Amino acid sequence: MIRLEARNQTSRTLLFWSPILAVGITVIAGTIMFALLGKAPIRAIAIIFLEPLGDIFSIAEIVVKATPLILIAVGLSFGFKAGIWNIGAEGQFTIGALSGGSVALALYQIDGAWVLPLMCLAGAVGGMLWAAIPAFLKTRYNANEILVSLMLTYVAVLLLSALVHGPLKDPDGMNFPESRIFHDAATLPILIEGTRAHVGFVTAIVAVAISWLVLSRHIFGYQIKVLGQSQRAARFGGFNEKHVTWICLMISGGLAGLAGLFEAAGPVGQLVPALPVGYGFTAIIVAFLGRLNPLGILLGGFVMALTYIGGESAQIELNLPSAVTGVFQGMLLFFLLGIDVLANYKIRMTQPLSRKLSE
Amino acid sequence: MKSIIRNFWSLLTIISTIALIGSANAADPLKVGFVYVGPIGDHGWTYEHDRSRLAIEKAFGSKVKTTYLEKIPEGPDAERAIQQLARTDHDIIFTTSFGFMNPTIKVAKKFPKIKFEHATGFKRAENVSTYSARFYEGRHIIGLIAGKMTKTNTIGYIASFPIPEVVRGINAAYLAAKSVNPAIKFKIVWVNTWFDPGKEADAANALIAQGADILMQHTDSPAAMQVAEKKGIFAFGQASNMKAFGPNAQLTSIINNWAPYCISRVKAVMDGAWKSQDTWDGIGPSMVAISKFSEQIPADVRSMAGKARDAIAAGTLHPFTGPINKQDGSPWLKAEEIAPDGDLAGMNFYVEGVEGALPK
Repeated sequence: MIRLEARNQTSRTLLFWSPILAVGITVIAGTIMFALLGKAPIRAIAIIFLEPLGDIFSIAEIVVKATPLILIAVGLSFGFKAGIWNIGAEGQFTIGALSGGSVALALYQIDGAWVLPLMCLAGAVGGMLWAAIPAFLKTRYNANEILVSLMLTYVAVLLLSALVHGPLKDPDGMNFPESRIFHDAATLPILIEGTRAHVGFVTAIVAVAISWLVLSRHIFGYQIKVLGQSQRAARFGGFNEKHVTWICLMISGGLAGLAGLFEAAGPVGQLVPALPVGYGFTAIIVAFLGRLNPLGILLGGFVMALTYIGGESAQIELNLPSAVTGVFQGMLLFFLLGIDVLANYKIRMTQPLSRKLSE
Repeated sequence: MKSIIRNFWSLLTIISTIALIGSANAADPLKVGFVYVGPIGDHGWTYEHDRSRLAIEKAFGSKVKTTYLEKIPEGPDAERAIQQLARTDHDIIFTTSFGFMNPTIKVAKKFPKIKFEHATGFKRAENVSTYSARFYEGRHIIGLIAGKMTKTNTIGYIASFPIPEVVRGINAAYLAAKSVNPAIKFKIVWVNTWFDPGKEADAANALIAQGADILMQHTDSPAAMQVAEKKGIFAFGQASNMKAFGPNAQLTSIINNWAPYCISRVKAVMDGAWKSQDTWDGIGPSMVAISKFSEQIPADVRSMAGKARDAIAAGTLHPFTGPINKQDGSPWLKAEEIAPDGDLAGMNFYVEGVEGALPK
């Protein structure tokens, strides 16, 4: 019989290596899956994990995909470390796109270097305001922030849909539900000519660097850690729990809102009802894949983006269904969590019950 | 180190050049790509587009190679998906949902040699054509049948989004039903989705509770058909033949039949005759097909509907022929006046007699 037994001390080595191990096991499991599907397994794995790294277009698209994931996940990691669970980044992302995008539409055809910064500000503030609702309800009435932030996601998505069906609709758009295409001054500059990689990625790198500094060097990073590990200890330490809650939700809301604005003003270039495609939720996986560490999140964002782009290549070259992408992401999280269990528990083989009885 | 990198890049360039020359070989099959908004499944919008892909394979055999990308949301991913197909040397790419319009135009600019076919949009370019179907012609037929067959004089209509396409369908069905049954009433529920079986079933139940004994839908799932079957009332299928979901309930289906168009466009690329154009075909060229009428429809109604179908196909009957007023009573078409395509393409009003306000 196999039994799980709690370890006296969490295996730090295993915890550190588990994301890399998880990627490795996912590749092995994927190989077996492709073999069972009757596709050349090594070639399939190469197409998904290596081919996208071979040309500028695919690398740029990985950057496009990783940018919102990294921005949102870095923001979420503050709260997650402190035990404040903002599950509604998708909603803050949507409101950020909506508020920043509204600024772009209000300033339609107005040029000026200040247009984009103003949009970014509006996007971040929009995301923060949306996150302020769960923050207020949590600190004032002790309402569960998981539920409040999650439910507000649906409100945000419907609000976007209602506005692009109504006041924000393109006047020359034959009544179709989408906004005008933003003018050039309201569109993000491109990093690599001919691709969609935009300056939002630079912002994501800066966010990673600052977060790393704050979390590892600043007193606030320490407060977060203590609060996450023991609320009582934090209170004895004189830390203001409400302040930490507010700051964590403002950071995650602001970054998610900024990510939303980047998405609207970058790759899409307009407001459309299908703008939120789940980055806010996928970023939760990325945050944990990166062990809530900003540098890990940077890496995790890239791995997750890679599975999307590689999954599409597999569809084109091997005629595999689009479910391949979802299966890989699912396996990745499954193995990660599985190995995390092993970091806290060890496997013990015990004698089967029947043999014990017969002895 | 630098020189190694430079060597690597030049090697890559050489390899890709060889690959390019190889792909331009005349003996190679023509590569045809499709981008789908949904999963293929076994009925509905994407399924019918995929049937046109299979029809292309059947028509041209080894002379073509087809590829598809399914479940591509109409957001930030669309442009990449289309560009993935363009980069992999596809000669013609069909982008089969309205939300792919701007991404298609963007990618088409970068790949001037590749032909693009965008379904249901209104933006074209030198290498981008648009195509759509006059579904309202089918709506006229089902309007006639419903007007004749309803006992409660109440038709339930499940609508998706208030875009011209859907509004046109409601108006066409209403005018046809009204022409054979002056007491007709349409109850309309906007579900704000193209595909959500739960919401569509809820809407169907709500409409039945309000007295509807025949259901029409402009959404993609068979949920309303299944509800109709269970409640013992009638319904019309959408996009695909939905008889399997409502053997007794289905009176007929309006079927999207893209195959003839898609085959002709692939052929045009092969012959070097492809030109950017806007196609809006109906029952005549069979882009809109009407499935076999149910035996539940009385013989005289069947023959009336069949005659209308043939007259539309022959071009002697237009579902929007005046006099028609707008909902607010203001005149739209004078007697005998036929609606101009421009009015139909941007239709954002109900015709006189339809109740309720169009969601804004």
